[in-house]
Amino acid sequence: MLKISKPIRVHKHVITVTRASTHVVAALWLIIVYVGALKGSIAGDPVQYLIEFSGKGAINLLLISLMISPIAKWLKFGQLLKFRRTTGVYSAIYALFHLYVFIRYELQFEWGLILSEIIERPYITVGFVALCMLCALMVTSPSRIKRMMSSHWQKLHNWVYPTSILTIIHFWWSLKSEWSEPLFYLVFLCILLAFRYKKFMPKTKR
Amino acid sequence: VQSPLNAITSIVAKDPMTKESVATSYNNFYEFGTSKDAPVKNAQEFKVNPWILKIDGLVESPTTIGYDDLFSKFSLEERIYRLRCVEAWSMVIPWVGFPLAKLLALAKPLSSAKYVAFETLEDPKQMPGQRSRFAGGGIDYPYVEGLRMDEALHDLSFMSVGMYGKTLPPQNGAPIRLVLPWKYGFKSIKSIVRITLTDKQPPTTWNILAPSEYGFYANVNPKVDHPRWSQARERRILGTGLRDQQRLDTLPFNGYTEVASLYKNMDLTKYY
Repeated sequence: MLKISKPIRVHKHVITVTRASTHVVAALWLIIVYVGALKGSIAGDPVQYLIEFSGKGAINLLLISLMISPIAKWLKFGQLLKFRRTTGVYSAIYALFHLYVFIRYELQFEWGLILSEIIERPYITVGFVALCMLCALMVTSPSRIKRMMSSHWQKLHNWVYPTSILTIIHFWWSLKSEWSEPLFYLVFLCILLAFRYKKFMPKTKR
Repeated sequence: VQSPLNAITSIVAKDPMTKESVATSYNNFYEFGTSKDAPVKNAQEFKVNPWILKIDGLVESPTTIGYDDLFSKFSLEERIYRLRCVEAWSMVIPWVGFPLAKLLALAKPLSSAKYVAFETLEDPKQMPGQRSRFAGGGIDYPYVEGLRMDEALHDLSFMSVGMYGKTLPPQNGAPIRLVLPWKYGFKSIKSIVRITLTDKQPPTTWNILAPSEYGFYANVNPKVDHPRWSQARERRILGTGLRDQQRLDTLPFNGYTEVASLYKNMDLTKYY
């Protein structure tokens, strides 16, 4: 890989503005699509559309958040790390919206069925577990809580790796056929995880 | 371009009808792409005229009928049927066409014929989904379906050449498709070019792809869940708004209980 020797550093306002735009884009995108669906301007079935949009959105955001630290390391661009939390939090928000659409519009608050689907359908169980994990990561993401948790925080947040695998499995199992898309995601995720191989090696004493 | 069709209304589901704009823009037709909105985008250039539909196999007189015959050989009926997809959504659609039995009678089936096999057009030039396994959902084309002879001869088995008072749009299976209201939607094969009478149970596309999930019969049955989701209830799609839908109990045979006698003494959990 191309070696970058000089660390990159930008003015902190650039980071602030870029992070604000990330908020605006991620939030507005979701809101515009939802309002469009409510108004009936989506061709075909809006429920299916919203479920797919939010599900894939959550996966994309999660993968983006996992891309950040390898890129920051490669470019020696430490400030990039500030975007991990933003993208990670939006991944959880999209995933929550995904569940909300499923409960409100797909199963329309039939709680008995919602519960039995979560328990009995492996792909939904897996997705639900991943969502719970993402929520746990989201609520522990503020700096104040991070400080309070000290070393436990990193242990908890390392769960993002198994969680990311679960989200792809959930996507894969939800399809009737045609697995090239989740396969692409899985390969991409494996590459991202490979950058972190040291984390997954057993600790050896020196 | 769709042209208007005159038909006499014969069977009417009491349920409120699905809006035409939804039924013609939310389609499973993998030949034109696997997403629901791909067929309406990719099928508009599909050439349906001229069309040749062959009826062969165990028949006294193998028959070929052309595009114009589809609309003139039989008196056209309009039937408003519920359509239940195996994915647990449903619609209510007014089809125009004629009973399958009338079409089969043209070719005079032999008494040795026990099953009817159907085949969709295979034309990768026109159907992007047939160009590669990736584009077409892993299906080995052409799409094939089948019925037992007594199912095929049941009055509900319907050959549709139109919907909402017009000829079929390509994404809905123009120029001719099958409609079997008591079976999951994937049995209702589209854009048919060949019907073969046979003495063996014919292979069927989704059953080949995932035999544990899709059976030969595929009768709508709230008691037999799909391995990955429940079939007990369904989401009825009526319009394009998020609120234009209902949650309903799925009925045995999609409410068409008159077909139940076809399956007496059969274990429907085994023959799903």
